[in-house]
Amino acid sequence: MTGPGTEVQPVEVDAPESGEDVRPDRPWLVIVWNDPINLMSYVTYVFQKLFGFSRDKATRLMLDVHHKGRAVVSSGPRERAELDVFRLHEHGLWATMEQSS
Amino acid sequence: MGRKRFVRDRHGRIRPGLEAPERELLRMLPQQARELVDHDDPTAQRLFPVAYPDDAAAQSDYHEMMGAQLLEHHHHALDTMVSTIDAATIDADELAGWLGAVEVLRLLLGTQLDVSEDMAELDPIDPLDSDDPRADQFTVYQYLSMLQNEIVDALSAALPRDGS
Repeated sequence: MTGPGTEVQPVEVDAPESGEDVRPDRPWLVIVWNDPINLMSYVTYVFQKLFGFSRDKATRLMLDVHHKGRAVVSSGPRERAELDVFRLHEHGLWATMEQSS
Repeated sequence: MGRKRFVRDRHGRIRPGLEAPERELLRMLPQQARELVDHDDPTAQRLFPVAYPDDAAAQSDYHEMMGAQLLEHHHHALDTMVSTIDAATIDADELAGWLGAVEVLRLLLGTQLDVSEDMAELDPIDPLDSDDPRADQFTVYQYLSMLQNEIVDALSAALPRDGS
């Protein structure tokens, strides 16, 4: 933070290369999609194991996936989200990531 | 029903109570899975989900960076199950390998069978018309589903009680 009377220097910023909005404060969302193969018990177990969720929370997310077709299971910086997606892919879940709007 | 296949002994090791035909099946299926994967069968694409559906360049980078590691993970799971299939007891890490192997087999078979959620709820005794050429494959698929449920039960018992 800058207090009153402090001389403010212009800060050089790198302009985004494209017109895309790449503000880093918009977190990336990790989304798991419903698929007809994965068992409900298995999906719940994977959520507990990978994210440390309680059984109740993991079950609630699994049911969201099952009934609503998708659920956000984690969010954060891009690298973190990509690692989560990869771990979900290791476990055969259909996971994607997108930047929150 | 009733008989539990994965019982923990007092040292925390797991005793897989499989019959000989089950072990034979679980030795054979990974070979078929490797053939599909090694020959880039379209079925095997299910093992490599898309991370960035709306960004082809990012997806290409993701696949280039992580694809080989994902393949290695799946191979390792299959190898773990095959190499310990006759063991009297296995540890929890090895059982996690079995879980991954069964997952790979179910994904491949389920994709080949083009399963829908309705099918999972059909009568397991006679899920498809017995004239349907997929009937045998579907029986195997149902067996793998049951096996996966039992492995999940065994592994869930060892999860920490309180998560976030």
